[in-house]
Amino acid sequence: MKDFIEGIVAPIDRDNIDTDQIIPTEYLKSIKKFGYEDYLFDGWRYKDQGRLGMKKVERKINQEFILNNSPYDESKVLLTRDNFGCGSSREHAVWALRDFGIEVVIASSFGDIFYNNCFKNGVLPLKLKKTEIEELFSLSKDNPVTISVNIKDKVILFKDKLSIYFDLDDNLAERIIYGLDEIDITLKDSALIKEFEEDRKESNPWIFE
Amino acid sequence: MGYTIYDKLWNEHLIRSYDDGDSLIYIDRHFLHEVTSPQAFEGLKKKSLKPWRINANIATPDHNVPTTRDNEFSIENIEDNISKLQVVELDKNCNDFGIKQFNINSNNQGIVHVIGPELGLTLPGMSIVCGDSHTSTHGAFGCLAMGIGTSEVEHVLATQSLKVRKLKNMRINFEGSIQEGVSSKDIILYLIRTIGTAGGTGYAVEFAGSYIRNISMEARMTICNMSIEAGAKVGLVSVDDKTIEYVKKHSNLEANLINDAIKKWKNLITDKEAMFDKEIDIDVSKINPQVSWGTSPEMVIDFNEKIPPSSIFSAEKRKSLDLAKNYMGLSDNQELSDLDFDKVFIGSCTNSRIEDLREAAEVLKGQKVSENIQEAIVVPGSGMVKEQAEKEGIHKIFIDAGFQWRAPGCSMCLGMNPDQLSPYERCASTSNRNFEGRQGNLGRTHLMSPKMAALTAINGRIVKEI
Repeated sequence: MKDFIEGIVAPIDRDNIDTDQIIPTEYLKSIKKFGYEDYLFDGWRYKDQGRLGMKKVERKINQEFILNNSPYDESKVLLTRDNFGCGSSREHAVWALRDFGIEVVIASSFGDIFYNNCFKNGVLPLKLKKTEIEELFSLSKDNPVTISVNIKDKVILFKDKLSIYFDLDDNLAERIIYGLDEIDITLKDSALIKEFEEDRKESNPWIFE
Repeated sequence: MGYTIYDKLWNEHLIRSYDDGDSLIYIDRHFLHEVTSPQAFEGLKKKSLKPWRINANIATPDHNVPTTRDNEFSIENIEDNISKLQVVELDKNCNDFGIKQFNINSNNQGIVHVIGPELGLTLPGMSIVCGDSHTSTHGAFGCLAMGIGTSEVEHVLATQSLKVRKLKNMRINFEGSIQEGVSSKDIILYLIRTIGTAGGTGYAVEFAGSYIRNISMEARMTICNMSIEAGAKVGLVSVDDKTIEYVKKHSNLEANLINDAIKKWKNLITDKEAMFDKEIDIDVSKINPQVSWGTSPEMVIDFNEKIPPSSIFSAEKRKSLDLAKNYMGLSDNQELSDLDFDKVFIGSCTNSRIEDLREAAEVLKGQKVSENIQEAIVVPGSGMVKEQAEKEGIHKIFIDAGFQWRAPGCSMCLGMNPDQLSPYERCASTSNRNFEGRQGNLGRTHLMSPKMAALTAINGRIVKEI
């Protein structure tokens, strides 16, 4: 059960961060679901060109990139702006965030497919108002700050200085809290799906040719 | 009260709604490729599950395949071992589960969004998913088509259904006649420039208006293909005679079955009284050829415009624009026509259909690729497109001009196969994304139509006049 996340905020002050930036295509050649931590934000994190299989220690590190510096290399919260995760449907983008240790991404909006993918992997995408995003940026831009995200009460807290309530559908919150297997849940409706399918076969037989 | 085509498709596929606002919809067609499927198949095997309805699934390798291959080529010849493993894995998974695959040696192999419609596997009224955001392409046929992630690929394989929330309705009315030299690619780039890359987020976008009615199915596919670049995972066009003509020509269905189907398909239109959550009117007669200058598909200007100075934008936008200019090696007020290009790529699921190749070939007839261009490649979207082009002699025009005539695949749209940009190379590309590193580490992409790419190939630069 995961209803409370506490971690350092890594601010990346950019909008439209697409999934090609979160993880470049080279690493999509992997057939595994894990092991993407060293490739997160690869183009920004390193000064050389990587290949799937290369480890962080073999790479030329870009020290200016926030996630390469302590304590941000242990951040659990990523703070960014508009339209995070736009572009390609690659779930590898979420796997890379998850494997690096990011558990919450805060943005003013998200790409639709990325947003869905997050909930399948225990990464919480939080949509906040632009003014709240601004507030978090000014809070975190100069010094590392640790915030807590209470998923049950739907609130972000920073000491006694800041509290931001967020909207999140209960079912989405539950997916993060309990990490439910959606296939198992859907298969409980097998009979319903079968029935629907039979009707459709009757009314639209050309689809089943 | 009337319904939009999206509402109708939604209702038609709705299995059940949940209390929390989500719904379960039935999936008619599932396309698979080698990149986003291996983890889904692995998950299926771990749970000892089998695909719910084998025949719903169609697979083809497209992202990793080398485009320099010939008829003798086999998977074993893929030089990059990691790419090879992914193609092998698709082959293995399709064999293990009995899924129909157009493999690397099939005449029908190609980019998944190109082969679907041309093999008659995309039919009006279908719900179609694929682990690829450009699945929106199939919306051109009045389909409920969208890209999904790998967990959802597994879910669809296992349950023939998808858990989703209903989107809002948006309609874009493209009215008027386009100017000479303008194509569907310019129209969709102009839209993205206008509403932004998040403009369509949360919406199913229907493309309508006299312009849409007048264009071919290929042009409609180009527009629906890039609806995701405007943030909309679903792009749609209502069914009309053109849709039905295309499907009749490409489908293998028996005549009586297709006649029954047509009766249903004719209802796949937005009702006159239907209401949209958002509606935008665009006069296409004023649109010039469009070229992207930056690292987001909304960073687009007319071909003869200057790079916009960041100072005219809000402080929040300015940072992204400056980063993009820095990445692209550009400065404020520079003319697009001042830039020297290194490579030209005509292809991708956006612009690799026969009509796109004809458009480029017409410009290239009797012309030569500029000496300054190191490499110009044209990559047909499928075996069928390639064959058709060769029948028409189009390949000769490309080859005589100095283009390389390649085998089908995603090619230089993304850096997964050997077709890539080297650092700082500038490319005129008919693909859909100009993100940083998309075509290769530090590569610089300018999105444009096939015609503009061909003109850039000849001149080595963006032309000042058309």
